[in-house]
Amino acid sequence: MRPHEFEPGAASDAVIAIEGLTKTYKSGFQALKSVDLTIRRGEIFALLGPNGAGKTTLISVVCGIVNPTSGRVRVNGHDILTDYRAARAQIGLVPQELTTDAFETVWNTVSFSRGLFGKSSNPAHIERVLKDLSLWEKRDNRMMTLSGGMKRRVLIAKALSHEPQVLFLDEPTAGVDVELRQDMWRLVRALRDTGVTIILTTHYIEEAEEMADRVGVISKGEIILVEDKAELMRKLGRKQLTLQLQAALPAVPASLGAYDLQLAAEGTELTYTYDTKAERTGITSLLRDLSEAGIRFRDLRTRQSSLEEIFVGLLKEQA
Amino acid sequence: MNWLAVRSIYLFEMNRWRRTIVQSIVSPVISTSLYFVVFGAAIGSAISAIDGVAYGAYIVPGLLMLSLLTQSISNASFGIYFPRFSGTIYEILSAPVSPFEIVLGYVGAAATKSILLGLIILATAALFVPIRIDHPFVMVLFLVLTAATFSLFGFVIGLWADGFEKLQLVPLLIVTPLTFLGGSFYSIGMLPPFWRTVSLFNPVVYLVSGFRWSFFGRADVSVGLSLGMTFLFLALCLAAVTAMFRTGYRLKA
Repeated sequence: MRPHEFEPGAASDAVIAIEGLTKTYKSGFQALKSVDLTIRRGEIFALLGPNGAGKTTLISVVCGIVNPTSGRVRVNGHDILTDYRAARAQIGLVPQELTTDAFETVWNTVSFSRGLFGKSSNPAHIERVLKDLSLWEKRDNRMMTLSGGMKRRVLIAKALSHEPQVLFLDEPTAGVDVELRQDMWRLVRALRDTGVTIILTTHYIEEAEEMADRVGVISKGEIILVEDKAELMRKLGRKQLTLQLQAALPAVPASLGAYDLQLAAEGTELTYTYDTKAERTGITSLLRDLSEAGIRFRDLRTRQSSLEEIFVGLLKEQA
Repeated sequence: MNWLAVRSIYLFEMNRWRRTIVQSIVSPVISTSLYFVVFGAAIGSAISAIDGVAYGAYIVPGLLMLSLLTQSISNASFGIYFPRFSGTIYEILSAPVSPFEIVLGYVGAAATKSILLGLIILATAALFVPIRIDHPFVMVLFLVLTAATFSLFGFVIGLWADGFEKLQLVPLLIVTPLTFLGGSFYSIGMLPPFWRTVSLFNPVVYLVSGFRWSFFGRADVSVGLSLGMTFLFLALCLAAVTAMFRTGYRLKA
């Protein structure tokens, strides 16, 4: 069984269970191809994929915005079609686009969202959410007077207004400044600490690397991988050992031809790329062979490949 | 039933109406007053009474109906079209609300606005011409039914339209001409037999006729038929909305 396949035994741990989900648009474009995916309660799950991979379609189906062609989705055991009220009541969605009611005030639009989800008025909760998002001072401002970053915060406030158990963030930090991005990351972690499950789609790999517990990669409508982030980086991550040489080399000596070595910085840096999954990394023998070849070094450092490099590698493999 | 959601949508729409009070109330009241001045006081004084009712008073139900139809359609169509246009419809679609609740919120608000406007116009008309209402309950019934039916019709247009131009298309090119030709300013009994028969295919004739009967006890067609036609149109609009939500037409991909 592939790691992302639905496991019935794990149902109690699953807050979202997607089985065989397919979506074909009227144009004939198949956006989702029999997607199976389980999201665990209380985790931060990052869904990565290039443009048009099916990320937003997947979220839209779960949230009720797009009709599925086939398959089944359950949220906390509630089917999104036959038991849609219970399913949707638990979900908060922050869309990718900055779609807001231009003429409404921040307070009114956030309160509206709470009522829409069937929750009675709770000004204390709305106040807390607005304060958490640094929106309290703007509560009487009309939406059209806010900056893009502030509008993004309001969309998050709207999604949190009804105290959801699951929060979808579709490209939450697209086009926002570094400060707001850091604020959002803090907020997402704080939400996770209160038990909210968070699913985010992003183009910013560092965002997933920074926050996610697990990572899913979707490409051409198919989930091609789901893995714990740390495990993924351990399994697929390549490491590099960089040696700063005492004397520049004109070329890699023929005696070191067995190693994956590159010279850089005008021959003063030698980089060795190795696989962390391999039984032996080859570092010991490399250092011995370097010594035998009379090559001395001043310093060394190692570097793990980033999630972005892993992601690009996966997509290349699929292509 | 998610009553809190219905209430939220309803109040949101009413709040939008309050923000645009000049456009929503003052503008239709002024234009209707102009009709009373021109057709009632100025030209009306030169026209003899119809069915024993002074011309100025005779046109009141028709003018009210004209405002009721156009405002109901305009309020409801804009109410649902604008969230589609701006993208905020995502929130409605992802909320735990049924299509019925969505329609109740939007159409309820649109109908309320139209009824309030109708009552304001009626009060305005009373300033220009003497008005009597022989059957007030039937008058209120027609007022509410027409507002609800045409708000529902406006909702259908708001779902169907894929541009602001189309929002105006049906009210301007279909509803207004049908209202003018539906006996708003005359009795269809005054038309030659051929055009009288043609007029009977105009659904607005039944609305105006029934509404006028509630005022003056005079009608071009029977009140029962007028009510029946109104209910028929209401049923057609309900069927259209149901089909649209069932298929996700212009709402869900």
